[in-house]
This record gives sequence, C-alpha cells and structure tokens, in this order.
Amino acid sequence: METAKGERWITWIIKISGYSSILFVSLILFFLAREGFPALGEVPLKDLFGARWYPIEGYFGIWPLIFGSVLVTVGALLIGIPFGIGTAVYLSELAPAWIKNILKPIIEILAGLPSVVLGFLGIQLAAPFFRQFLNLPTGLTAFTGAVLLGFIAIPTIVSISEDALNTVPSTYRHGALALGANHWQTIWGVTVPAARSGLLTAVMLGVGRSIGETMAVMMVTGNAPVLPRSLNALFLPARTMTATIASEMGEVATGSMHYHVLFFIGIVLFGISLAVNLTASSLALRSRKRAERLLS
Amino acid sequence: MKFAARTVVVITLLTILAACGSASGGSNSPSASTYIQNKGSDTIVNLALAWAEAYQTVKPDVRISVTGGGSGTGLTALISGTVDIANASRKIKAEEIQAAEANGIEPVEHVIARDAIAVIVNPENPIGELSLEQIARIYRGEVNNWSELGGEDRPIVRLSRETNSGTHVYFLEEVVRLGDKENKEIFSADTLLLPSSEGIIAEVSDNPNAIGYDGLGYVTPEVKMLAVARTADQPYVLPSVESVNNGQYPISRDLYMYTQTGAPQSVLDYLSWILSPNAQQIVTDLGFVPVLNTTAGK
Repeated sequence: METAKGERWITWIIKISGYSSILFVSLILFFLAREGFPALGEVPLKDLFGARWYPIEGYFGIWPLIFGSVLVTVGALLIGIPFGIGTAVYLSELAPAWIKNILKPIIEILAGLPSVVLGFLGIQLAAPFFRQFLNLPTGLTAFTGAVLLGFIAIPTIVSISEDALNTVPSTYRHGALALGANHWQTIWGVTVPAARSGLLTAVMLGVGRSIGETMAVMMVTGNAPVLPRSLNALFLPARTMTATIASEMGEVATGSMHYHVLFFIGIVLFGISLAVNLTASSLALRSRKRAERLLS
Repeated sequence: MKFAARTVVVITLLTILAACGSASGGSNSPSASTYIQNKGSDTIVNLALAWAEAYQTVKPDVRISVTGGGSGTGLTALISGTVDIANASRKIKAEEIQAAEANGIEPVEHVIARDAIAVIVNPENPIGELSLEQIARIYRGEVNNWSELGGEDRPIVRLSRETNSGTHVYFLEEVVRLGDKENKEIFSADTLLLPSSEGIIAEVSDNPNAIGYDGLGYVTPEVKMLAVARTADQPYVLPSVESVNNGQYPISRDLYMYTQTGAPQSVLDYLSWILSPNAQQIVTDLGFVPVLNTTAGK
C-alpha cells in the first residue's frame, strides 16, 4: 500500500517535469509573439524588409541580417558536412578500434569547447591568417565566421552521423561484400545510402546549431550589415541576426520600436530553426516508416 | 565580447577589511557599509574602476560595483532604477529623459572628465594626417581607397564601435556629419561594427588597410594616431591632454555620470570626491583629460 502511494507520487513528479517543457516552450513563444509582432504595426513592411540596418537612426531593414545569417550558415555547412560525415564514415567503417578510442573523446571535447574561446582564437589567429592567405581587405568576414561555425557544427554532425551509420545492419555490408563490392564501394554504394536519413538529420541539426550560434560569430564576422550582392560576399564582413540581437538588446529602451524589431528578428530566427528541425524530424520519420514497410 | 568591460568587478576586498574593522570596533552602526551601483560606458569603465578602488581608501565603508556595457546600457539601467550612477560618453537623449520621467526618475548630469577620440591606422600606413572632412568622407563610404588620400593603393577598411556605444554616436554627430544637426548622413553600410575598443585596436594593429577610432585612453603603441585638422587649411594636431585642453584637437568631448535627483548622500559624496584634485589626477594617469581647468567650456 505504502509503495503504491510512493510510486504514484513519483509518477506524478515525472509527469509534471515532462509536461513542463511544453509549458515553457509555449510561454517563450507567447512572450516572443507579444514583444515581436507589434513591430509589424510600428515599422512599415517595406522598411522592415528594407536593405539598410541602422537602428539608432530608424533604419530597420532586416534583409541584411537574414542574408548574413544564411550566408554564414551555408558557409559553415560547406565546411561542416564533408568534414563531419567524412569523420563519421571513418570512425564507423574504417578506423581501427584504438584510433576510434582516441578520436571520439577528442571530438567530444571539441563539442564542449565554449564558443567564446573559439571566437577568441578566430580573432587572434584565423582572421589575420585568412586576410593574408586569401589577400582580403580584412580577415573579419563571413568566411571566418563560417569556418568557426563549421568547427562548432562538426561534433554534432559527427556524433549523429556515426549513430546513423552504426544502425545500418551489418548484413547489408556482408551482402555487398559477398556480391563482390570492395570496401569503398560498400561504404559509398550501400552503407551511406542506407543511413541517408540519419545523415540528413545530422546535417539539419548542424544547421540549427550554426544558425543559432552567437558569440563566435559576433567576434569574427565584422558585423557590417551589408546586403550580399554576389557569392563574393562570403569573403566580406556580414552581420547575423543573433549577433544583432546580442549586441543591441542591452541598449534598447523596453517597449521602443527598436526593442520590438529585435524581438521580431527573434521570431524570424525561431521560425527558421523550427523549419529546419521539422524538416529533420519529418525526414527521419519518413525513412523509419519506409523501413517498417520493407520489414513487414 | 567586451573582454574587460563586461566582467562585473565588485570590489569586496576592502569590504571584508571594513567588516573586520567594525567587528573589532564594536560600537559602529550595524549597517556600516553602503552600496553604490555604477554602470555604463565602456570608455569610462577603466576610469570608474580606478576611482572606485581609490575611494576605498577614502571611505572604506562604501562599496562600489562598476560594470561596462555601453552608455546606452548604463542610461537604460538608470531609467529603470537599477543603478545609482550611469556612466555615459554622450549626453542623455531627449527620449531617454522622457522615459526616465515616465518612471518617476529625474536624471542629473555631471561632467566628470574629458576625452579625446583618436583616429588610428596601422603603423605601416604612410598617411599621418587627415582633415575632419576627409575622415567624414571615408566613413560615409565616399572614399574607398587609401590612394585617393595620397596613400598606398589599398582598400580602406572602416572600423567602428557598435551603435550602443556613446563613442559611436559622438563620432556620427561630430565627424560623419561634421557637427551639422541637419545632416542625415550615416556610416557606410560596410563599416565593421566591433563589440569592443580592444577589438578595434587589435584589428588596426594587424591590418594595414584599416582605419578606426577609439578613446585616447585605449590607444596602444601598436597603432598610429593621426593628426587631425578641423578644416584642411588649419593646423593638423595630434590628440593629447594639452591639445584637448587648449581646444586645438577637434574630436574631443565631455564624459558624464548621471544620477537621479534625491540620490543618497553617499552617492553625492562620491561625485564631489571625483571632482577633487586627487581623483582628477587618476583621470590624467589613465590618458583622459581632467575637468579642473576647463570651466570656460569649449
């Protein structure tokens, strides 16, 4: 009797902590919407999606910020995907056990590295190096930010990709080898395609990780709100949405137009992350259903 | 981000000493220590820290906590009533006064020091002097190569502080707009907005294409200060305590502390101490310009 009562209590506590996350997310959403949507009424849409961001003089164009974030994130993926998936394939398919035992903890350390530290290295080492090596006007560019973000996204991509590759049944590999495929053909033709949805999820989570990153990006991208005109913009300074919110939120008067616009940027950012996460989970779900159909 | 500035520096060391003192004295009042919150401009933060430290020897029972973050940040905190003293490197704006009054707070202004803003380039850059007009044209984006100013054939990389910095606002009004209130020019969109004074010094000392500006107190030997002339036909002057005090260096400004009316006596005592010769000596030591002999104004 006593134990049954105790168990009921424990179940309740666990239940509440489970539901609380729903409560917190909806409270955050509510707050974001309450503080951000007034911006739509205060700033004409044409200005809000204008080309110039200079809030202290009333220029609230958020396009340069959206493009800045997209530019840096795409750049980060161009670096993070080949490195991340390559590392995962190596770890799961090729590496001898002792190398695996060294590499995995190192990647986990990389994941735990505070982004401020990476940003500091970026200012001191990466930016001067890229300026001289690529002969740029300045090293504080979207590209430098992308490289740092690539490093930040790689651990996420590696660990999820590796899990995905590990779940590919070994019978697949044996089958491919039995059919005469060599090791590389097995990896490229069978294992990686079989783990495709898991790899996509890994990439999407990498996107989510990069687009939300603030500190490292703010330190090395130069924060100039320029609207990109060509691909060359990757090698010019850029200003991301996150860096804008972080550097300006402390200064604004609560309830001012600038304050509401910053929250609106938060809504845009939230929308982008949500879309990315939904895509990732729907991809994972779809492939699971297909696998179930095949097995049944 | 703001490496030194953002770190909250609470001076508690002497509080402990004070506590020990009152414990042994016994007869002291129980609430012996008063607490002053001081926040704002990153330009002033080192000066405010030095003052807070020195004040411990004058009034050991007063604890002063100093934080940076930018003039706007400090004034916002004053408006919301969370600090006693806001440091600002620009005058309070009309809308900030309104916001304060809406909260029942009436800001009081104190000029506590003066500052020259040095325009800096990399030591490799052969350019040694520019007129205000030329600097304005650079920052508006009208001049994009050093060769147009008689320098090497290099692109110009413009560096500025973030828009929440009082230095940024001052530079916009007095340099980019040349002090003309009707002028609505703004910084070129590709101006790099760096989150700290140190970031500007770091990039300028590394990059021969760069031009930046920073408070005189922050300038280090790794960068080169430019001599600046009000107009092209006037003398080019390097920033220094003398050239600011005799009014020759054109980019100088007052630094402020803001309190509210009805501030506690401890805050008023602190502010009057700040204007004493001893405290103003610290101003000189840190590369700022003291306010003792500048009653005549600009």
